[in-house]
Amino acid sequence: MIELKSVSKSFGASIALHETDLCLDAGKTTALIGPSGCGKSTLLRLIVGLLEPTTGTIKIEGQIVSASVILSLRRRIGYVIQEGGLFAHLTAAQNVLLMAKHLKRPPGEMHTRLRELCELTHFPENALTRYPVELSGGQRQRVSLMRALMLQPSVLLLDEPLGALDPMVRTRLQDDLKEIFQSLQQTTLLVTHDMAEAGFLASRIVLLNEGRVVQSGTLDDLRTRPASDFVRDFLHAQRGLAEV
Amino acid sequence: MKSLGILLTVFAFCSTAQSLPIVVGSKRFTESYVLGEIAKTALQNAGFTVEHKQGMGGTIILWQALVAGEIALYPEYTGTIGEEILKTKQRLNTDEIRALLREKGVGMTGELGFDNTYALVMERDRADKQGIHKISDLREHPELNVGLTHEFLDRQDGWAPLSARYGLQMRNVRGIDHALGYAALRNGSIDVKDAYSTDARIAENNLILLDDDLHFFPQYKAVFLYRLGTDPRAVTALEKLAGTLDTTRMTRLNAEAERTKNYALAAALYFGQKPEPVAGQLAGKIGRWIWQHLQLVGASLLLAIIVGIPLGIRASRPGPISDFILSTTGVIQTIPSLALLALLVPLPFFGIGPVTAIFALFLYSLLPIVRNTATGLQDIATPVRESAAALGLEPQAQLWKVFLPLASRTILAGVKTSAIINVGTATLAALIGVGGLGEPIISGLNLNDYSTILQGAIPAAVLALLVQFFFDGLERVFIPKGLRLKQ
Ligand SMILES: Nc1ncnc2c1ncn2[C@@H]1O[C@H](COP(=O)(O)OP(=O)(O)O)[C@@H](O)[C@H]1O
Ligand SMILES: [Mg+2]
Repeated sequence: MIELKSVSKSFGASIALHETDLCLDAGKTTALIGPSGCGKSTLLRLIVGLLEPTTGTIKIEGQIVSASVILSLRRRIGYVIQEGGLFAHLTAAQNVLLMAKHLKRPPGEMHTRLRELCELTHFPENALTRYPVELSGGQRQRVSLMRALMLQPSVLLLDEPLGALDPMVRTRLQDDLKEIFQSLQQTTLLVTHDMAEAGFLASRIVLLNEGRVVQSGTLDDLRTRPASDFVRDFLHAQRGLAEV
Repeated sequence: MKSLGILLTVFAFCSTAQSLPIVVGSKRFTESYVLGEIAKTALQNAGFTVEHKQGMGGTIILWQALVAGEIALYPEYTGTIGEEILKTKQRLNTDEIRALLREKGVGMTGELGFDNTYALVMERDRADKQGIHKISDLREHPELNVGLTHEFLDRQDGWAPLSARYGLQMRNVRGIDHALGYAALRNGSIDVKDAYSTDARIAENNLILLDDDLHFFPQYKAVFLYRLGTDPRAVTALEKLAGTLDTTRMTRLNAEAERTKNYALAAALYFGQKPEPVAGQLAGKIGRWIWQHLQLVGASLLLAIIVGIPLGIRASRPGPISDFILSTTGVIQTIPSLALLALLVPLPFFGIGPVTAIFALFLYSLLPIVRNTATGLQDIATPVRESAAALGLEPQAQLWKVFLPLASRTILAGVKTSAIINVGTATLAALIGVGGLGEPIISGLNLNDYSTILQGAIPAAVLALLVQFFFDGLERVFIPKGLRLKQ
């Protein structure tokens, strides 16, 4: 479970996130959605300790995010970002295994886990020795996902993981992600700006605008009981092919 | 350094155990070294044990060493004795000088035969064409370009009083390095320059000395000064040298000494002894220079890597400390290398020797390494940076396992730039007697001998190319494969 209490973040005079209280259910997938610049990435960075909140506290499974525990916390969090953030000097396998090797996990165990992950993410094992530049965009995101899942984290944070992919690849990865979320049952926070993706992958949607949570609930809640004009407009702005 | 220490200890031991050696001193320039060696040989031929302390310093140091009994004799010039030792404005003749020195317990031999004074020189052809033979002829030619050493420009008895005395109105007067001045004379960018009358290059470059028709320059006749307590047989041996060295002969010995850097050899020439064969063939010499050069470059580059990469890592984080590091290494780069050497040499730990050369080269190597390390790290994209942190790697591990490998290409490029610049700059080490490929370049420059210059310049250029190939090879080792692949 992830709990935010009166968490806000300012960069100088500009406020990226207003005071927010938010609770993410353990084992569930929550989608964080909103127009670009509304503070979605900021919220994820706060959770993983890349940014320090201006006010408030964040608790992950009862533990307050602070400098003294941040390393051990991060090792229990998987973090995937748009474009993957893969390390160009390491092969796919080396990227995935980097942290486990650093923690001196037994090699046999590591390689079993690597094979499991390939299966889980539908990543071809024979591509494990390739470098990031030799992989397609979709493959890179799968590697990034494997890297995040390697240490069996209890929390998974994904910041627009499919944002840069073409539609076919994107759809396939959405299916795969849904399967993974269901089988692993982690506390997952997925950032997206696509309402359909949010509805498809998450049990709960948190809609953010200009640094404030506007509404949170299921896709149906948002559709049938929009909290404001903004929610209605935001839903309308997501044009389906049927309307064209 | 260590061997020098042992040598000194051995000398000290010998001097107490056996008959005391006669200690000859000399000043820090070629002619004084050669005269010191000549005195040494003359005394040895007379059966004495002799030690020659070469290049001890300037007039005051030698004079004080003589008066204190540290040395028994050294070569000096009459003009210098009058001005700097006896400190008189009058022009004294030899007998007057000898009498005044006697009061101070110092004897003076007869004149050796040549007069090493300041002089103005011109190319012979050009001077003949314009009918210039004496300094006063310059009055009719205020349009000529005059290029003078900075020392002569600044000296109390230099250019300003000289032009006042002769009533010269030269319109174009500028300062130029002594050795380069000869090249400037040859290509016509200057017409007149200053020189010592025994400078080997006067004859080599077909120059003429302009006659000092108003006797502005004092006479600088070479003599030996010795302590009056010196063994009379030794004094007799020295006196035999009087009148045996005319300007032409001294000039030739100076040229030989500068060419070979072997003062004993020049002295041997004086005594008509067969010069020992020059040590090693050209290839051997060049090999030795290259080896010295590589040692200088290697040591300073290694030091620069050890210091520069951590500095660069620190400088990659924004803030005043980083600004300080980057601007300081930048400023060092703008100090002319000669000035840097001149600044370092008088400092306690440094002086003339490899430590100073390596330290100076190290300073010049810093900037590219520091800057490239900082830039390489700063250029790492934010998502990569955040991914490394979010994995839970400690900051040190992030640096070693992710950031430094990712920046390796840029860092190595900085090291390569440093190495190549270093190969060029290391030629200046020869200025402080450390050898390397600068040795033939600088002595060639001093002697205006292009083939000697090329003996250093060509290997230096080849070396720079080899260094480049070497680093291209290193890229394959140090830069991870993933960074070398094309998208
Ligand atoms: N490091 C930073 N410094 C200053 N402003 C920032 C910084 N990071 C984000 N912001 C600002 O905070 C706001 C929210 O950004 P972000 O969380 O990245 O939005 P998004 O919802 O698109 O992920 C934006 O206006 C952005 O410009
Ligand atoms: Mg974002």
